[in-house]
Amino acid sequence: DPDRKTEVVLLACGSFNPITNMHLRLFELAKDYLHETGKYKVIKGIISPVGDAYKKKGLISANHRVAMAKLATESSDWVEVDDWESCQSEWLETLKVLRYHHQKLLSADVTNKTKDAVLITKLGRKRKQESNRHEPIKKKNQNLVIKSVPQVKLLCGSDMLESFGIPNLWKLEDITEIVEKHGLVCISRAGNNVQKFIYESDILWRHKENIHLVEEWITNDISSTKIRRALRRGQSIRYLVPDAVRAYIERNRLYSPESEDRNAGVLLAPLQKHASDPRSSQTLN
Amino acid sequence: MRSRIPVILLACGSFNPTTNMHMRLFELARDHLHQTGRYQVIEGIMSPVSDKYGKQGLVSARHRVAMARLALETSDWIRVDPWESEQDTWTETVKVLRHHYNEALTAFQSKEFMRSKHPTESSTGDSLSCQQQVLPELKLLCGADFLQSFKTPNLWKEEDIKEIVEKFGLVCISRAGSDPSQFIQESDLLSEFQHNIFLVREWIQNEISATQIRSALCRGLSVKYLIPDSVIAYIAQHNVYSAESERRNQGHPLQPLRLQNTAINPLRD
Repeated sequence: DPDRKTEVVLLACGSFNPITNMHLRLFELAKDYLHETGKYKVIKGIISPVGDAYKKKGLISANHRVAMAKLATESSDWVEVDDWESCQSEWLETLKVLRYHHQKLLSADVTNKTKDAVLITKLGRKRKQESNRHEPIKKKNQNLVIKSVPQVKLLCGSDMLESFGIPNLWKLEDITEIVEKHGLVCISRAGNNVQKFIYESDILWRHKENIHLVEEWITNDISSTKIRRALRRGQSIRYLVPDAVRAYIERNRLYSPESEDRNAGVLLAPLQKHASDPRSSQTLN
Repeated sequence: MRSRIPVILLACGSFNPTTNMHMRLFELARDHLHQTGRYQVIEGIMSPVSDKYGKQGLVSARHRVAMARLALETSDWIRVDPWESEQDTWTETVKVLRHHYNEALTAFQSKEFMRSKHPTESSTGDSLSCQQQVLPELKLLCGADFLQSFKTPNLWKEEDIKEIVEKFGLVCISRAGSDPSQFIQESDLLSEFQHNIFLVREWIQNEISATQIRSALCRGLSVKYLIPDSVIAYIAQHNVYSAESERRNQGHPLQPLRLQNTAINPLRD
């Protein structure tokens, strides 16, 4: 029954510095996986590039990163770019971005359900006006399809999941809420350590039903770091990133030894924020 | 100023279908040869094998050539050449190399002839307008598995391997983890011509095997971002891959294996 499936939005947070074919593949793999369970229907994919305030080394302006992501998703009919996170003046925890998109999804959902209800109400009224009918008027609610609440799940690679273990990077309560209230879809290479990592964490273990592990059989290690390295060395990045992204990088001369030095020596925003927070010293176990 | 040697890269294979990885091989090879300072890659040729190769799951050459053409639409230096696929029988790789080399030579000679008839002013710094033109070289572009296949009994004739590495040359792309130089050292033949075997390390792993692509397609899984969108559309439109197409040639030996009568191991020096 297609209407019993949970609607899912996949949200990918990251630098996208630049976006690569590998990032785009994550969405495709996650969607196929969730559909094959028979329990989910993926209705949208969202790429949310991090704001400049993240202060990661080599991070170029959000304007460019958002523009490239938009070029990269032009040919997709379900993955889009959202620049809300990148427009914030301060760095935002991933959980806050998840909450924002979840809220947005719920309001859109309510609007849709309201529209459905109004439509059915109109039909109900129409029946009332047919004076020859003697059957009891059907209750409005019976025509409303009952769907479970749509969800926003965090889409990531194993490196992000394993980064939960880096001291001061994540707040324990954030990790808990992410896996408890939203869920993770984690794509990793065959032969990875992700299952072991989950096993070794009480919190992750408790919510493992909400952590979907997808194995990527086609090795595709196109990291942004390697792309930037190739560009600095004058090497080709064709067929590793969408052609429009390659052309954009070339036109705007992004990525150089200078751009790679940006934020050198600066502490990453989450580390700075949590350094003095006693809650951050809690471990995952 | 010494002119760079013009190089044409030729890749032979099933291209069943053409993937982003196939096209990466060309880009990696070109970058590598340019960085030696000695070569100028002027062209890349993709040569899909003929249907007579008899490999399991090999779909019609008509489709494979069409898909390669679509994949290469955005490239300004790589093209697909259907000559090999149009031959009546399967053609040894060395013969394909000879054919394309002769073509390149003919084109080069006619250009030289034209130049001698209408001499242009030589401009400094432009090696192509030097009085003495350098003959182009044709090199076989391949992956490490191709190199390793030299070891497979009955698959290659020793004299063919020798001609390939001596007269033409190999550009062999391998994964970050593997290193074919040992394989070369273990063969007297390959060692002798190692100056003509260029080993390129692919650090950005991108092992998109066509077999996995076909498997994904048959299961209704997405292959977007692994092969070009235009190729995906073509496959859907013409229903190129299916469980049935995967069973083609099942149980039949590869054509090159059929041709070899005696069990010889060319690299056992």
